[in-house]
Amino acid sequence: MSGYVIEEKKTGRSSRGAPLSRIITIILMALFDLGAIWFIQSAITLGFTQLVIIIGFITIMLNLIFLLPKAYPYRWMAVGLSFLILFTIYPIIFTIYVAFTNYGDGHLLTKEQAIPLIQKATFLPEEGRSYSWTAYKNEAGDYALWLVSPEGQTYIARPGEEIVPAQPGDPGIGEADSNGIPVSLDGYQRLNGLVAATDQNLPNIKFGVEGDQTIQIRSPSEAAELQIRYLYDEETDTVIDQSTGTVFYNVNGTFTSRTGETIKPGFRAVVGLQNFKDFTTSPALRGPLVRIMVWNFIFPTISVLSTFALGLTIAILYNDKDMPFKKVIRSFLLIPYTIPGLISIIMWRGMMNPEFGVINRALENLIGWAPAWTTEPTAAQAAILIVNLWLGYPYFMLISSGALQAIPTDVYEAAMIDGSSGWQSFRRITLPLVLVAVGPLLIASYVYNFNNFNLIYLFIQGGPPIVGAATQAGHTDILISYVYKLAFESGGRGVQYGLASAISIIVFLIVGALTLFQYRFTNMWEEVSQNV
Amino acid sequence: MSSVTQTYQTLRSSQRFRKRFSIGVRLAIALVLIFFSIFPVLWIVSASFDNSQSLATQTLIPANAGLNNYRDLFGLNPDYEFGNLYYWKWVWNSIKVAAITTILSISITTMAAYAFSRLRFTGRVTMLKGILLIQVFPNLLALVAIYLLVFQFGQIIPAIGLNTHAGLILVYLGGSMGLNIWLMKGFMDTIPRAIDESGMMDGATHFQIFSRLLLPLLRPMLVVIGILSFIGTYGDFILARILLNDVDKYTLMVGLQIFTAGQFDKKWGVFAAGALIGALPILIIYLALQDQIAGGLTSGAVKE
Repeated sequence: MSGYVIEEKKTGRSSRGAPLSRIITIILMALFDLGAIWFIQSAITLGFTQLVIIIGFITIMLNLIFLLPKAYPYRWMAVGLSFLILFTIYPIIFTIYVAFTNYGDGHLLTKEQAIPLIQKATFLPEEGRSYSWTAYKNEAGDYALWLVSPEGQTYIARPGEEIVPAQPGDPGIGEADSNGIPVSLDGYQRLNGLVAATDQNLPNIKFGVEGDQTIQIRSPSEAAELQIRYLYDEETDTVIDQSTGTVFYNVNGTFTSRTGETIKPGFRAVVGLQNFKDFTTSPALRGPLVRIMVWNFIFPTISVLSTFALGLTIAILYNDKDMPFKKVIRSFLLIPYTIPGLISIIMWRGMMNPEFGVINRALENLIGWAPAWTTEPTAAQAAILIVNLWLGYPYFMLISSGALQAIPTDVYEAAMIDGSSGWQSFRRITLPLVLVAVGPLLIASYVYNFNNFNLIYLFIQGGPPIVGAATQAGHTDILISYVYKLAFESGGRGVQYGLASAISIIVFLIVGALTLFQYRFTNMWEEVSQNV
Repeated sequence: MSSVTQTYQTLRSSQRFRKRFSIGVRLAIALVLIFFSIFPVLWIVSASFDNSQSLATQTLIPANAGLNNYRDLFGLNPDYEFGNLYYWKWVWNSIKVAAITTILSISITTMAAYAFSRLRFTGRVTMLKGILLIQVFPNLLALVAIYLLVFQFGQIIPAIGLNTHAGLILVYLGGSMGLNIWLMKGFMDTIPRAIDESGMMDGATHFQIFSRLLLPLLRPMLVVIGILSFIGTYGDFILARILLNDVDKYTLMVGLQIFTAGQFDKKWGVFAAGALIGALPILIIYLALQDQIAGGLTSGAVKE
């Protein structure tokens, strides 16, 4: 911060001075805008309102950055900024929004998408205009109908094909009998009245093109056109069942009648605090959630303490410059850190397999007893803590040895002259000084473990399951793995994005509070302000 | 006089003895600790050379040693029946995704850091702090939203939707405006501005100063950030897991997890072989560059 500032004039010249590069910028920007406009239009037709807003925002931002000479410095980060907004900030905002909706199975569509689907349902009116019919069948088992309207017009109808007017004697149609009905169709045999009336399939077949004009048999003598069953009334936001006259009202994204009947599919709707209320009122949800939250605090606390204690111990033991093989020991002890976490975790899962794993076999041989790591809740929690100790101590070993080296040795000499014991020196000198340096990292590690999805999920999938839970909750589940299960592993209960996002928000709040505490604790803001 | 020397010498020798004793004890402890840290690794090495393939019968020194697991992995065994093992495809996918992500993300990070370090503009300090603040919320928490976002992208442009590597890479790039910018900017601040000024005298543009003068000097930091980013992406599980569906699109981590999902005890040997080969590149990088990486870790976190 030596007061060095690049002169504005120069900044201006480098961007304004070369007309050719400016023209190229404008052309590229125009091309980009064309692409963005096409994208936004597609998003509008698909009903992705939030996506339209965010892409529109980013497009405007990029245009300003590249077309205003004053915004020159932002060009250096335009791409990064766009990604940051799109994949980090926007998902956070979207999560908050989803938490207040019923988004999930049965409510996956937007209202605009759901209403056309609802209006596709049809019914066979019991009264009204009808046709008389004669059925034909071919060898493959396909049916066709010869229809005569009340006005005497005649048609041919086949499933999946348009209904077309036809006359006996037309190409492919046999001659008329005494009633004016063709004796045969090409490839089809006429069914006599009795056979047709008792045919099991016939009454269920929809003739014609669905969604356009379809005809179904109503009685041995009559066939009728299917009618749209549900009609949406935009003004009152209700759906009326045309067959019964029942009115369905829009209740939280589901059209529901006074008697509690509902129409599928439902659609996304803002339901306010419903998701949060569900947790506090439904015992089947509340019980597991409380358990999960308690474990979610115990797990990182013990993990951080144990990994830090072991890491620091190792650092103290082998920090001595007289220690032989120091480098070799350090390299060996670092190994857990260098293996991709997923591989280590699955490796431990194999070793701790209650039936076949080496640890259990060894324990059985030595003391005749071994914990059931996967089925016993406490054993499962212990297993997770052991594995995390193995995974986590090398990090604190690295950090602590760095911090130890920064402590000047004369402090210890002074303490020794004053007759301090080794333990006293540790308690009064080493620990406080190391904590000052490592403190923020302890909190960061706590936050990391608070959301240590990989360990919990890969080791045991959050299991063993909590008995009687309404959702897939397990004894070692932490909030984030619970969120994942709710959203992506329905297990037949249906995905519940709304509920999952509501829990995400609880995690957001906890993690946010912890991190702000960390920033305060370390005076990070003040340092940041001095260092920028 | 002599007794004083003698006392002094006994003292010295007893001190030396205590020192030796303490080193001996510490070496013994080290052996226990090393056993704890490398036993799982030895165990999996042994499993990978155990032809019996089974978790139940494995011993540390395989009774039935051989290369069958590797043969299965390399597709040399036509009878191997645990299908859907696209091991080499997964390794290739992982390397491809991690390499592309790393290169693009370093470029984004470094260019942004240049602006923060060398240019002065309104909103600079606010943005730097904002970047720090956003790190509070790991993108893991917005998993559902990210999934839906990529799904919606795919409805419009299938090439960057669900089940594509491009979509996955884009999501990873969302994290490139992160703490690494602070690391890089801090490093850039230590490079004297006189270098820029000399370039400016010769009429160089910002981009020329950045690419010709600064970039070569940033090499050490580029290496650290690049390695950390590569290792992070290579080891990522959850995002790849939710965004990729087809077995031949999986990254190595997703593939290994899915592979071990059922009948684990019977696939143990092949998993061991695959895990070892998959972990090897990272292990080598770490052990070779451990000082640089540790330096990078601490300079990012501990203020000195």
